[in-house]
Amino acid sequence: MSLIYEIIWHGRGGQGAVTAAKIFTEAAYLQGFKGVSAKPTYFSERRGAPVSVHARISPDPIRTFSNVSMADLAVVLDDNLLQMVNVTSTLKEGGLLVINSSKTPEQMGLNGSFSVAISDAFKSSEEAGLVIEGNVLISTSILGPIAASSDLVDISNIRKAVEHKFKGKALERNLMALELAYRETTLFGSNQLARTVSA
Amino acid sequence: MSDVRIITANTAAALAAKLCRVQVISAYPITPQTPVTEELAELVETKQLNAEYLTVESEHSAMASVIAASQVGARVFTASSANGLLYMHEMLHWAAGSRTPVVMACVNRGVGAPWTILNDQQDSISQRDTGWIQLYCGNSQEVIDSIIQAYRIAEQLNIPVMVCYDGFILSHTTTPVDIPPQELVDQYLPPRPPVFGIAEYSAMNVNPLILSDPRPDPDGNMAPGYMDIRYRLQQDLIAGLDIIEKADKEFSKLFGRTCGGLVWNYKMKDATHAMVSFGSLASECTLAADLLRQKGLKVGVIGVRSYRPFPKAGLLNELKRVETVTVLEKDVSYGYEGALAMDLKSALYDSGHHPKFSSYVVGLGGRDVLPKTLADETYKAITGEISHAWIDIKSQ
Repeated sequence: MSLIYEIIWHGRGGQGAVTAAKIFTEAAYLQGFKGVSAKPTYFSERRGAPVSVHARISPDPIRTFSNVSMADLAVVLDDNLLQMVNVTSTLKEGGLLVINSSKTPEQMGLNGSFSVAISDAFKSSEEAGLVIEGNVLISTSILGPIAASSDLVDISNIRKAVEHKFKGKALERNLMALELAYRETTLFGSNQLARTVSA
Repeated sequence: MSDVRIITANTAAALAAKLCRVQVISAYPITPQTPVTEELAELVETKQLNAEYLTVESEHSAMASVIAASQVGARVFTASSANGLLYMHEMLHWAAGSRTPVVMACVNRGVGAPWTILNDQQDSISQRDTGWIQLYCGNSQEVIDSIIQAYRIAEQLNIPVMVCYDGFILSHTTTPVDIPPQELVDQYLPPRPPVFGIAEYSAMNVNPLILSDPRPDPDGNMAPGYMDIRYRLQQDLIAGLDIIEKADKEFSKLFGRTCGGLVWNYKMKDATHAMVSFGSLASECTLAADLLRQKGLKVGVIGVRSYRPFPKAGLLNELKRVETVTVLEKDVSYGYEGALAMDLKSALYDSGHHPKFSSYVVGLGGRDVLPKTLADETYKAITGEISHAWIDIKSQ
């Protein structure tokens, strides 16, 4: 059986989880993974409601399109979601939880056999000027803490994927937000996922 | 230099239509097909694609428009899903009966009621008997490649082709897709040859297709009647099996990859147990087969790519040594069982080889299907006595 890394992205409708997952998927392909996929779960999705994206990264082409039952990596775009969605119930033991937050794991009540990487993506994006009509756009800044806390995909490949997606001023701001969120990442617990991947 | 992009199957379908240089597009948006219509409209609006985009008020009109455009020689494209596809039903018969090489993407979605926007294959299966060729795709690469092949098949046979792929599961999922270069597509698919011309010596003979009674044509020769015309459609669909296989072979020579022709197989060489399916479900089955092989069972998978025409000989050849057959499908003929199961059983009856046969209905209305579930149920079918069952029913 080939190695396959499974990711669940948790966000709110309109928050950028789908865009973030797509950029990350492309970055993983640039990294050399032949199999990558990102499937948004749809039904009554609407702005503000919880949405998720089920993604896979593998050295071999992806043959399953089913939902991810237990993720190696869970990415949470907004720590308020923790009160609505039990994100750790679908996270593997020893997995990595990446959260956009200004709080500590204790303040969020996170306690389990997984590592937690935290970065304030809202703050990074605001500093980079990624605010449109009061909405802070975090679909690239949320990728910073993933690169900083795991060896899954290099920051250089994420940058390349962002360059494919944006142009001009928007590109500059997105790259800056990515860089800030990457640098401001705090990792709690051991870096299990990184070890699994490089093994 | 390959051009791999990380895109959805819907984007792949729109790009395929562009690469085939379609001349007339008419489509009415319906989830999950909508992004196909949006992307094509944008390609036409921004002049990246030189085509007429006809906006219409319904799917019935969309199909009527592309039939009309096809009859005067245009290469045409449309797409639909579920209830939208059913609204075209009358025109689907007309497209096949009038022998127009229409190509349509069917983004498979369950049919209401109750409402669902999510995937199963009841929509296209319910259009099985309209006289269309139906090709099923297991991933997004097959979507772009199959649409390109579909024009070659349709224009050789003058029979419409429906390229089916699973809604959301493929239509909205991003994966790597190798985009065929335009020059190679042009080489594979020359402009549509003019099929109907007006002979100068008998300019009145412009529409020989819709006369229902045999009668003398302007030259005094007997023209075919309704039943003869329908018999030709049947004969040409059967002959189409070879055309579909050849279209894929020629494609693989130019592009270096295949969609499997009529049926593809996975680990069937030494298999004593076969799982048979189509669409992305067949791809899930390959993982289930891997799980069952870990248990020591020699399981392989057969993916049916061409459902109509039905590749009877190819399937029987794959199945000639197996002891059990398990069919898994996302459709049902209510009051009996799944469509693929019925067709395959009738093929096996003729062959005289009668392996133990089980069939399952799975994943209706987007109910998630895990490879492990498929493996567990197939294990039950191989070791027990399951004739027909539904998988993952949550309340009886």
